[in-house]
Amino acid sequence: MTTPSPLPVEPAEEPARLHRVFRVPLRSPGVTLSVLVLVLVLGWALVPDWFSSRSPLTGLPADRFQPPSSHHFFGTDHMGRDIYARVVHGAALSLRATALAILIALGGGVILGLVAGFFGSWADAVIMRAVEVTMSVPPLLLSLTLVTALGVGTGQIAVAIGATSVAAFTRVMRAEVLRVRAAPYVEAAILCGARWWRILPRYILPSAFGPVLALAALDFGLVVLAVSSLGFLGYGEPPPAPEWGSLVADGRNYLATAWWLTTLPSLTVAVVVLAANRLSRVFEAEGGHR
Amino acid sequence: MHTALYAATRTLRAVFVVWAAFTLTFVALRLLPGDPVALMLSGRGGFAELTAQQVAQARTELGLDRPLIVQYGSALADALHGDLGASLQTGQPVSRMIADALLPTFQVGTLALLLALMLGTLLGVAANLTASPLLRQLLRSLPSVAVSLPSFWVGLVLIQFLSFRWHLFPSLGDSGFDSVILPACTMAIPGAALVAQVLGKSLHTTLQEPYADTVRATGAGRVRLLFGHGLRNAAIPAATVAGMLVGSLIGGAVVVETVFSRPGMGRITQSAVSAQDLPVVQGVVVVAALAFAVVNLLIDLLYPVLDPRIRATGRLVTT
Repeated sequence: MTTPSPLPVEPAEEPARLHRVFRVPLRSPGVTLSVLVLVLVLGWALVPDWFSSRSPLTGLPADRFQPPSSHHFFGTDHMGRDIYARVVHGAALSLRATALAILIALGGGVILGLVAGFFGSWADAVIMRAVEVTMSVPPLLLSLTLVTALGVGTGQIAVAIGATSVAAFTRVMRAEVLRVRAAPYVEAAILCGARWWRILPRYILPSAFGPVLALAALDFGLVVLAVSSLGFLGYGEPPPAPEWGSLVADGRNYLATAWWLTTLPSLTVAVVVLAANRLSRVFEAEGGHR
Repeated sequence: MHTALYAATRTLRAVFVVWAAFTLTFVALRLLPGDPVALMLSGRGGFAELTAQQVAQARTELGLDRPLIVQYGSALADALHGDLGASLQTGQPVSRMIADALLPTFQVGTLALLLALMLGTLLGVAANLTASPLLRQLLRSLPSVAVSLPSFWVGLVLIQFLSFRWHLFPSLGDSGFDSVILPACTMAIPGAALVAQVLGKSLHTTLQEPYADTVRATGAGRVRLLFGHGLRNAAIPAATVAGMLVGSLIGGAVVVETVFSRPGMGRITQSAVSAQDLPVVQGVVVVAALAFAVVNLLIDLLYPVLDPRIRATGRLVTT
């Protein structure tokens, strides 16, 4: 059965808020640029063939160590492979790992935060002690420990980074659930006899979701950095795969002769992280208006 | 009295952090899908084929056939005596490996921490001191650019220019003080950005409090207001961040030591993770947590010196 929304104000408010979010890019060129960068990289990840017709895995030996030119935007490596093609095709690997890590952190954090905040008592005590324990270890070391346990690969990196961030998400979610739980309409729902499996998804989750979502946006840049760092350390996909961090690690051997091999993939990572951080701050500021 | 209670709770907290790190890595590493025993035997002996009997025997020798909780208990007891087990790759005692690796990392880490604090404070203060809006905007956005740079790249750029092109510093390895500078700069940059961000923000807030107006009303200039009054009030959040920095420096050492091919904690971690050498990884995490906890304990004990309100109540006062 579908019931009409009990609050008639809400539908009227929605377009206004969306409008405000979409108006932001026009206000500042930095934000517009960030959006463009992220859209471009998303395009690389989804349809790499539109952006580069060359193969990321094979190259012509005659084309070895070409510096960047109009022919090879990012130059070529020791096997004559086009670095631009490798960066474009690597976007899928790096962004998929980032998205997976954030989904794990978000999913785990939301569920644990809901349970801890809503049920309280021993569930809360156990979960929050575990959160405290996790947060007391430096994040990169914890991720490395998990990589040790899980083995190498982009998926494993993503799981390790995601699991490391679950604690922070749980903490934010729990605080928000505690706040929402005290609201009169939740009490009313409990008094009406609604059970927890109805209250949690219908009444608490929608109101408590905002702050963790903002945290996910803030985390995006950090996770891209962490994924590429672990890739650089050699814990990503095995060699021919063009993951961003491992591209830089490959190019390291030719640092003195071919600067573009390390600089241009690294610059790509830096620009993506910068754009993501810029946008997440806009979302945070806009979310603050609510 | 209050201060004693404060110090006692903070010390307990530090002990808890180290225990937590030990337990967490123990649990995480026992989730391992691979078989550490087979890994160890193949790594040490070089035999491709192992009989089930050999594996079972090694398992008994290592005590891995006992229930997990018993293994945990004995590992914890050993760790309390400073015995962190032996490396699965080389058979060397982990505590020995770490003791050897500690000094190079400590050198780089200390210099990085100093650089980060100095640079960060300078930037945070400058952003609040300047009267030019353009310069202030620039100084405020500099840290957020700095945190977006992958640190492996910062290191590679430094090598490219300062070592290869201008021959100012050695590029790789460990050869005296000269070789410490570039890794320390690389490691310091994200930390400096963090300190600058937090100190800048907290200075900005505290300079808007009523007491700042009172100081201004006495005719004090920007410099005296900032250095004489604002800085001390803004120091608490910055000190907290400095404590967190130690944690991120230990993580950063893994990347930086790999970039510069330096020996140290980061290097043994890097190779131990690739080889799934559990005891070494666990040892590194425990030692890192110990360093982290000790530094944070020191900073916690510094708070009452910085803030008289903590001396009076024994609690952190957040405004």
